[in-house]
Amino acid sequence: MHELSLCQSLIDQVQQLALTHGAQSVGLVTLKIGPLSGVEPVLMQHAYPFASAGTLAAESTLVIELAPLQVRCESCGAETEAEPSRLVCAACGSCHTQLVSGDEMLLMSVELITAEGSNHV
Amino acid sequence: MCDTCGCNITPGNREFAYKPVNGTTAVAVLKSLLARNDDQAIHNRQHFDRQRLLTINLMSSPGSGKTALLEATIDALRNEYRIGVIEGDLETENDAKRIRAKGVPAHQITTGSACHLDAHMVHEALHQFPLAELDILFIENVGNLVCPASFDLGQHRNVVLLSVTEGDDKPAKYPVMFRAADLLLLTKSDLLPLLDDFSPARAEANLRNLASTVPVMQLAARKALGLQPWLDWLRSELAWQRARVDRGETVRPRPQADGAQLHEAAK
Ligand SMILES: Nc1nc2c(ncn2[C@@H]2O[C@H](COP(=O)(O)OP(=O)(O)OP(=O)(O)O)[C@@H](O)[C@H]2O)c(=O)[nH]1
Ligand SMILES: [Mg+2]
Ligand SMILES: [Zn+2]
Ligand SMILES: [Zn+2]
Ligand SMILES: [Zn+2]
Ligand SMILES: [Zn+2]
Repeated sequence: MHELSLCQSLIDQVQQLALTHGAQSVGLVTLKIGPLSGVEPVLMQHAYPFASAGTLAAESTLVIELAPLQVRCESCGAETEAEPSRLVCAACGSCHTQLVSGDEMLLMSVELITAEGSNHV
Repeated sequence: MCDTCGCNITPGNREFAYKPVNGTTAVAVLKSLLARNDDQAIHNRQHFDRQRLLTINLMSSPGSGKTALLEATIDALRNEYRIGVIEGDLETENDAKRIRAKGVPAHQITTGSACHLDAHMVHEALHQFPLAELDILFIENVGNLVCPASFDLGQHRNVVLLSVTEGDDKPAKYPVMFRAADLLLLTKSDLLPLLDDFSPARAEANLRNLASTVPVMQLAARKALGLQPWLDWLRSELAWQRARVDRGETVRPRPQADGAQLHEAAK
C-alpha cells in the first residue's frame, strides 16, 4: 500500500510518544502486520530509515512481527491456518469463518531511551 | 500515565507498561498505523448520522462502471430520494460533471497523486456539501483495487464493483478489497454473452472463499438491466440506517476486525 506515508505516520506517533515521555531517543519499534492488512512488511522496512531520519527515532530499529492468518469456524468451532485467498475452515471446509488473526497493522510497542533519573510524564 | 500510549490499557498488558530498566522503557501502544485516519472517519460518520443519511463507498478498478451505476441509480430514484455524490479521481472534474448533468449535487475531490480517498479529504468535502438536504450520499472512490480498501472514510457500507471483462478471479487476487465488500456487484452483465470465460458462479465462489456471505448481484447500468435488486438493497439499507440512528447506534462497513485485532494484540 503506502508504506512510506504509513512509516511517516508511524514515526509521528513514535516521536509524539518520545516527547511526551521525555525520552532522548528510541530503541526498538515493534509492529504486528498480518497478510490481510494490505501492508507489505519488506516495503515498510525499506521506507523506515527515510521516514525516521532526523527524528528522535533516527537510531531506532523497526521490528515487524508477522501475524499468522487464522480463522475460527462458525460451523465446527475449529481454529485453523488459512491463506489470503482462501479463508475457509481447514477442518470442515465451511466458508462461515471469522478472522481471528491476520489483518493487523498495529504499532505494538516502542522502546524509549531516557537518561537516568529523568521522569516519566 | 498518559493519553498517547497504552500504559495499563488492559490488565493483560500490564506487564508491558511503564517499567524503567537502565533508562530504557518499553511502552505498549496497540494502535493501528491508520489511527489518525480512523479517528477522522469516526468523526465523519457522526456528521452522516446526525443528518440521518446513508453513506455508501463505491470501490472498483478503473472503468468498472461506478459512475454509470450512479447515473442509472439517480435516474431510477430521482422521485424517491435526495441523492448526493462525492467523486474521487486523480485528475479531472469529468465524473462530477456527469453527475451534475443529472441534476444532483456533486463534489469532485482531485487527489493529484494519491490513488485513494482518505477520511481527511472526505471531511473537507463534506463541509462544502448540502448534507442536510440528502437521504443517500455516494462516495465514488478512486478506481483502484488495492489501497482504497484500507481507508475508512466514515461510510456505512462498501459496495465493490467487478465488471465482467475483468475476470472472475479478481476476488482471489485482491482479497483485502473484496473482503471489505458489503455487497458485490457484477457489472456490465450485458457483455456476458460475448465473453466465454467469465463465470458469475466462479466469481461468487472466489468471494465465498474469503469467508464473505454478502449478497452478489448482476446488473448492466448502461442498459438499465437487473437494477431492481440493487435499488431494493439501497432502500432497505436506508431504512436500517434510519432505524439505527433513531436508536442512537451506527454501523461500520466490513471488515470490522479492530476488536479482534486489539484482543489478539493484548494476548
Ligand atoms: N456494456 C456496458 N458498458 C458499460 C456499462 N456500465 C459502464 N460501461 C462502460 O464502461 C466504461 C467506464 O464506465 P464508468 O462508469 O466511467 O466507470 P468508472 O468505474 O466510473 O470509471 P473511473 O471513475 O474512471 O474509475 C464506459 O465506457 C461505460 O460506458 C454497462 O452496464 N454495460
Ligand atoms: Mg467514475
Ligand atoms: Zn469447520
Ligand atoms: Zn505513558
Ligand atoms: Zn492509495
Ligand atoms: Zn467536521
